[in-house]
Amino acid sequence: MKQFFLALLRSNRALPGYRLSLITTLLWAGLLIVLPLSTLLVRPWQDGVSAMLTALRDGRMFAALWTSFSCAATAAACNLPFGLMLAWALVRGHLPGRHVANALIDLPLALPTAVSGITLATLYSPHGWLGEPLSRLGIFVSYNRLGIVVALMFVGLPFMVRAIEPVLRDLPHELEEAAQLLGARPWQVFTRVIVAPLLPALVTGFGLAFARGIGEYGSVIFIAGNQPFRSEIAPLLIVVRLQEFDYAGATAIALVLLVASLLVLLLVGMMRKRLALWSEPA
Amino acid sequence: MSIEVSALERFAPGRGKALLRKVSLDVPDSAFVALVGPSGAGKTTLLRAIAGLDPYQAGTVSLDGQVMEDVSARAGQVGFVFQNYALFPHMTAARNIAFGLDVLPAARRPTRARINERVRELLELMQIPDLGGAYPARLSGGQRQRVALARALATGPRVLLLDEPFGALDPIVRRSIRSWLRELHDRLGLTTILVTHDQEEALDVADRIVVMQDGQIVQDASPVDLDSSPATEFVMEFLGEAVSFPGIVGAGRMVLDDPLVLPFSVPDSVADGPAVAMIRPYEIQLVPAQPGQNAPLRAVPRGARNGYRHYVLNCAGHDGIPFFLPQDGADHALEGAALDISRARLFRNGLACL
Repeated sequence: MKQFFLALLRSNRALPGYRLSLITTLLWAGLLIVLPLSTLLVRPWQDGVSAMLTALRDGRMFAALWTSFSCAATAAACNLPFGLMLAWALVRGHLPGRHVANALIDLPLALPTAVSGITLATLYSPHGWLGEPLSRLGIFVSYNRLGIVVALMFVGLPFMVRAIEPVLRDLPHELEEAAQLLGARPWQVFTRVIVAPLLPALVTGFGLAFARGIGEYGSVIFIAGNQPFRSEIAPLLIVVRLQEFDYAGATAIALVLLVASLLVLLLVGMMRKRLALWSEPA
Repeated sequence: MSIEVSALERFAPGRGKALLRKVSLDVPDSAFVALVGPSGAGKTTLLRAIAGLDPYQAGTVSLDGQVMEDVSARAGQVGFVFQNYALFPHMTAARNIAFGLDVLPAARRPTRARINERVRELLELMQIPDLGGAYPARLSGGQRQRVALARALATGPRVLLLDEPFGALDPIVRRSIRSWLRELHDRLGLTTILVTHDQEEALDVADRIVVMQDGQIVQDASPVDLDSSPATEFVMEFLGEAVSFPGIVGAGRMVLDDPLVLPFSVPDSVADGPAVAMIRPYEIQLVPAQPGQNAPLRAVPRGARNGYRHYVLNCAGHDGIPFFLPQDGADHALEGAALDISRARLFRNGLACL
């Protein structure tokens, strides 16, 4: 920390305008990220500690948080194989139309989330194109947690693909050939030579998709059914509390969501660093 | 283990350009062969075809008389070192080396302790006993190369294929690893094929040099034969700096177009007609002028190497003929009346005249 401030004071740097650019960066990051987040940390306690403690003892809130976290984790986990397959097809498969597919992958990011939510809800409703055949098989997607997972998979997939794709592209094809010549069978080549070096990227993709899943609102609420204690997600509950003018309740959920997300992302970051130890040069 | 390649043909996917044109090559057991040629000549293509990494449209590759079908048939029998080493980045040097043993079916796989023992042996053999625990990202180019070699040798292959293995190394490491590799080849009784674009490296290390051009083998000979009688103008030029003088053969003499170059006698077997005389700069002699005669040729010193002083000769019709003289202390411009190139080799239509 001391060194950091010393660096701030020193001006004889190779980079022109070092101090200016550093101050701009810190100010920008502070205004855009740190300030809103610290408000979020401070606001819940303004109505008094007891109000906050009462709000924190709400069973419905914990059910919603659990729904959010478990569904986001499940969706991100399900996206792992799909994302890997898609990235693989984009990088290695010389399929016709892969440029179109490449553009389509990012579309869930651009689409208004409500639009994707309504589209998914229509598709998977008991009378929808996909929902009807599935319901005949006894699988009900919409208006329960499965619907939430499907919606979160939809919005999370681009993160997964874009996290894996560049790493896979940089992986020399010779690795696979070397493994084959050394006698590895196809599944050994896949697991030991392709997936293993991709693990850090897979974890990164998981973290991004998971984080997006926790905060996702628009695409989920149309398909989830939103029954309290069953398929109600935490972001929706915040909106419900706000509509009830229960600001303490709303900020309490936000606080727990913030802290829990931060912890999970820290964990993911640590895991990624652990798995990528080999990539650090001397 | 002997390698026989017969009438191998490979076409580029799509455009159908021929990459290998009916290439045949016999490599006897425990030979050290270097494949040389300019980029795009098909050296690496041939090496990869021998390893079974690329498909070929016609021809066969046999090891010890057995025709090989695909990569899995060669697995474990052929060690291959890639140009970029292709080390698995997420595994330590030791796990890289052990890979070929780790992936064996459980029934044939040695015990963990045996594998570790083998890795230790190989690390010793490669003279990097302490690097077993290091990841490839932390190794230097030369160290990576040794790990790649150890990995290729772990399963005890009899054939070693090396694709430009010295490309990324600095000159000093290159030289030492080159002679060390040759020693290793002899000690382990391997059959080695080395691809390189550096002809000096090839002449230094190999028993046999195979020169390729445009997907074909142009000449396949020992370094001595290759140096004394190159088969084509291309081989002559590829093996080192060469100067050409056009002329006409008649009545057992080669008369050069340039009057300042002395005619010389040629064997009777050379038919009369136009030809090109090619000579190495160190084989050119400058004939001093007799007293009273004027000396139209003037050579100025420019650089030195391997005990030779390099000169550049300026005369009409040629732009700067290089010519090398053993260094003898005298270090000034030279003058002469004529050039003696009687040690030149004769070529006609690109091919050597015998």
